[in-house]
Amino acid sequence: MRKPSQLIPENTMAGNALTIVVAIMCFLACLTLGSVTLVRDASREWQGDILREVTIQVRPSDGRDSAADAAKAASIARLFPGVASAEVLSDQESNALLEPWLGTGLDLSDLPVPRLIVVRVSDPDRVDLAELGLKIKAEVPTATLDDHRAWTSRIQTMASATVLVGLSILALVFVATILSVVFATRGAMAGNKDVVSVLHFVGAEDGYIAREFQRHFLMLGLRGGLAGAAAAAVLFLLMGLILGPSVSSGTGEQMSALFGRFSVGPIGYFGALGIAFLIAVMTAVTSRIAVYRYLAETD
Amino acid sequence: MIRFENVGLRYGVGPEILRDLSFDIRPRSFQFLTGPSGAGKTTLMRLIFMAMRPTRGLINVFGRDATSLTKSDLPAVRRRIGVVFQDFRLLDHLTTFENVALPLRVLNKEESSYRTDVVELLRWVGLGDRMHAFPPVLSGGEKQRAAIARALIGKPEILLADEPTGNVDPPLARRLMRLFVELNRLGTSVVIATHDINLMNQFNARRLVIEEGRLTVYE
Repeated sequence: MRKPSQLIPENTMAGNALTIVVAIMCFLACLTLGSVTLVRDASREWQGDILREVTIQVRPSDGRDSAADAAKAASIARLFPGVASAEVLSDQESNALLEPWLGTGLDLSDLPVPRLIVVRVSDPDRVDLAELGLKIKAEVPTATLDDHRAWTSRIQTMASATVLVGLSILALVFVATILSVVFATRGAMAGNKDVVSVLHFVGAEDGYIAREFQRHFLMLGLRGGLAGAAAAAVLFLLMGLILGPSVSSGTGEQMSALFGRFSVGPIGYFGALGIAFLIAVMTAVTSRIAVYRYLAETD
Repeated sequence: MIRFENVGLRYGVGPEILRDLSFDIRPRSFQFLTGPSGAGKTTLMRLIFMAMRPTRGLINVFGRDATSLTKSDLPAVRRRIGVVFQDFRLLDHLTTFENVALPLRVLNKEESSYRTDVVELLRWVGLGDRMHAFPPVLSGGEKQRAAIARALIGKPEILLADEPTGNVDPPLARRLMRLFVELNRLGTSVVIATHDINLMNQFNARRLVIEEGRLTVYE
């Protein structure tokens, strides 16, 4: 048996235009969500990295053996709870760190270069860095502990601001979608005036007419939403492949340094799917309200 | 069934285009509504069908004062009245079958529950072999019959037909009229708006004549 035709004509120019608008809106919303998750994940990674590594700096001082001070500070750190390791950087390693600024081939033995100790933290929640700093300072007056807190707080502020901007853009995209749907529904109602009038005189109730339009716009919203979400998902995949860590281009390295893995996680993909359904439901609900208003006005 | 008492209608602040209309449509009655073109036949049909409200007077529909009917009451009342419009008002994207079945479909009935009735009615009006055709490919007469079938499928108590023979040749017009007479014999009140004197002369029926906004009833 043939499937009954929809009461609201499909594949009209206005309907197709709205599908494209919904697809674009959904694509933009998914991109925003993807960017937000990317920045949030990257900031968490940065914070994790920073919290897992602290530095002890031993400044050279007249009358003190900085190598012995460094070894002492390292051994204090090693015995501290929550610390996995503490390694004093060798002269070559220290020189290598300074090379980008001072160039190669320089003899740094005459310069008062501080000795660095890289302390790796096994459990950031367990280790009391303030206590460690005080303990080291007490034992080795020329040593200071740098726990990169300033960086962490800056990264947190930046990430929160980015997430907030992203959510604001998402909200704006949703509002724009609702407005587009309101205008499109009114246009569709005006374009389907004859259908509405026929449905009225054959005894259809407003609720029935509204349901028909709602179903029409729900399908249209779903088509547009899924198309937009699919396009965004393909873009995420392509970006992941092009800017992934396996690519050894300069841009890839920079992106990798900035974002770690340039990959939108499951939240990005499921979120895109969620946005597609949300936009479809929004389209259906908005059209239902617009249809009721139209019917109230035209009676 | 339907009673008009001193009903008047005007658009905005213009003159009254229908004045002091008083008449009734009785159960199982058959009547012509006639008058010159532009006299207000279609407007009167719209008043009966409650697609418009009068500016004065009383309209009683199935025992209820029309002014007391709310918007949500209208669908149930309209289902008791079948209407055939002069311009058919078929939906071009639905097949003939779907157009005819529309009054049942909007009641959320399953197609299987009304399929036989619709097919039988389509055969009765001579469209048995055109049920899957879309209105744009139907002839004027076929559209007319599809519109009539749609008005009848819900078994209305009153059938209002606006110039139902206006777009068809005389033999088909006679055939359609026989269909209306048969329907009336089965118990439906019929109101046919027409300005075709020859057609009316073939039937001994009540006439409601509108002229210059006033209505005269010839029993």
